[in-house]
Amino acid sequence: MTSEIYTLTVNGNDYQILDGHPSESLLWVLRERLELSGSKNACEEGECGSCTVLLDGEIVCSCLVLAASAVGREIVTIEGLGSGNEISDVQQAFVDAGAVQCGFCTPGLLVAIDQLLNTNPDPDDLTVREAISGNLCRCTGYGRILEAVRIASNSRTVQNEEEKGK
Amino acid sequence: MGVIIAKSLNEACVVLAENPATTVLAGGTDLMVQANRGMQSMDSVLDLSRILELKEWTLKDSEIVLGAGISYTDLAEPQIATVVPALAQAARTVGSPQIRNAGTLGGNLATASPAGDTIPVLVAMDAVLQLKSSSGNREVAITDFITGVKSNALQAGEIIQSITMPVFQGPQEFLKVGTRNAMVISVVSLALVTDYLGRKLRVGVGSVSPVPFRATEAEEFISQEFDWEKNSSLSEKVINKFSDMVADSTKPIDDHRGTADYRKHAVGILAKRALERVCANGES
Ligand SMILES: Cc1cc2nc3c(=O)[nH]c(=O)nc-3n(C[C@H](O)[C@H](O)[C@H](O)COP(=O)(O)OP(=O)(O)OC[C@H]3O[C@@H](n4cnc5c(N)ncnc54)[C@H](O)[C@@H]3O)c2cc1C
Ligand code: FES
Ligand code: FES
Repeated sequence: MTSEIYTLTVNGNDYQILDGHPSESLLWVLRERLELSGSKNACEEGECGSCTVLLDGEIVCSCLVLAASAVGREIVTIEGLGSGNEISDVQQAFVDAGAVQCGFCTPGLLVAIDQLLNTNPDPDDLTVREAISGNLCRCTGYGRILEAVRIASNSRTVQNEEEKGK
Repeated sequence: MGVIIAKSLNEACVVLAENPATTVLAGGTDLMVQANRGMQSMDSVLDLSRILELKEWTLKDSEIVLGAGISYTDLAEPQIATVVPALAQAARTVGSPQIRNAGTLGGNLATASPAGDTIPVLVAMDAVLQLKSSSGNREVAITDFITGVKSNALQAGEIIQSITMPVFQGPQEFLKVGTRNAMVISVVSLALVTDYLGRKLRVGVGSVSPVPFRATEAEEFISQEFDWEKNSSLSEKVINKFSDMVADSTKPIDDHRGTADYRKHAVGILAKRALERVCANGES
């Protein structure tokens, strides 16, 4: 299979890429061709994590994924979190904790933290720090980000217990 | 030719035989950094990441065979970590979760960086690479595969299929020095592997020479001194001598990550620390 025209599946929707250049990263295609500009570009070398997306359920740096090689994979970006106009619980926790300053790191962090809480709803502090060790934030000093994870984690734990109780 | 996503190893070998100049892509964590800088053309790419055969691993007799496409995340999983703990420790120190999900063992070997974290472990264990092409298979020892700074023994049309190493009985350690915990390229790295059956301590060192290597003289010395019956702790004198011998075996350079003097000092400390940990682990 070759890639002159290819299809990407992003947040459950299929997008045809008609005029892509083979060297383009997934980050570039998301932002420049699909106008999904939530994923940020700060380094293009895998260091900052602001471009983090899910590829078949795992977090990766979209700047290090060759777009045309992601055909047939499930891609989830920050735009795919939450439902409709409703923001997700992790997004709400960021608002409540004041974990956003310039906001550049936020989309990547949200994708990483959402994925963490999906696999481990009640992570300890070290697990959280490890899970976001690939996401750099130059503004907050991380304190409020960790606080936001705690808020989201607590609300998921309460929710899970309520569901069990039903 | 664009991007070809191969579904099997045979298909990949055929594509590569027909287009020897094609860029082979695995996790992309080295290649895409170059591509984003405009230093690597991706006009013609063979993607190996969907080939399931490259993600398999098997344990047979006293050997473990790891597919070249296994990610760092998978290397750190308990099933592999209990068999080759030093390799799992090395995998855990690589980059970040994002990098460990994408980056592969085969990519680390083909890149052949002096700071490649899996390499000192494989060197310590005398690992052998299985290379495959449409014209046949061959095996190359890890020390022959890495031929210099970022150069390897792959010939046109060849793919790394798997890496085989003996399973050693006894504790293992991988340690590296960098500027912080996450996302660091090694300034120095060291793997120490005990082989109770062969009564040998094996030492692989990285980032202190163009090619990671085994500190053979230090190995001989410490294998003689080691208490193979009771694994009782060693005297400070013996530990220090081992540490000095490892440091003296290196020929580091000055670069932006550290001076040669610092590297020599640091690798000695790693040797000492790894030996102390191995003794402590063996006692239980
Ligand atoms: C932010 C960041 C942090 C990093 N941190 C570390 C670190 O701490 N330690 C470390 O050692 N490395 C680190 N790396 C480097 C990198 O992640 C590793 O070298 C990784 O193992 C490369 O594997 P890959 O699958 O991504 O290779 P790719 O980028 O896909 O390919 C790399 C090279 O290997 C070749 N190749 C890949 N697979 C095969 C195969 N099966 N047969 C033949 N050729 C093949 C490719 O053609 C290419 O030349 C880091 C990289 C980044 C971006
Ligand atoms: S832009 Fe991808 S990691 Fe920084
Ligand atoms: S809020 Fe500015 S980088 Fe994190």
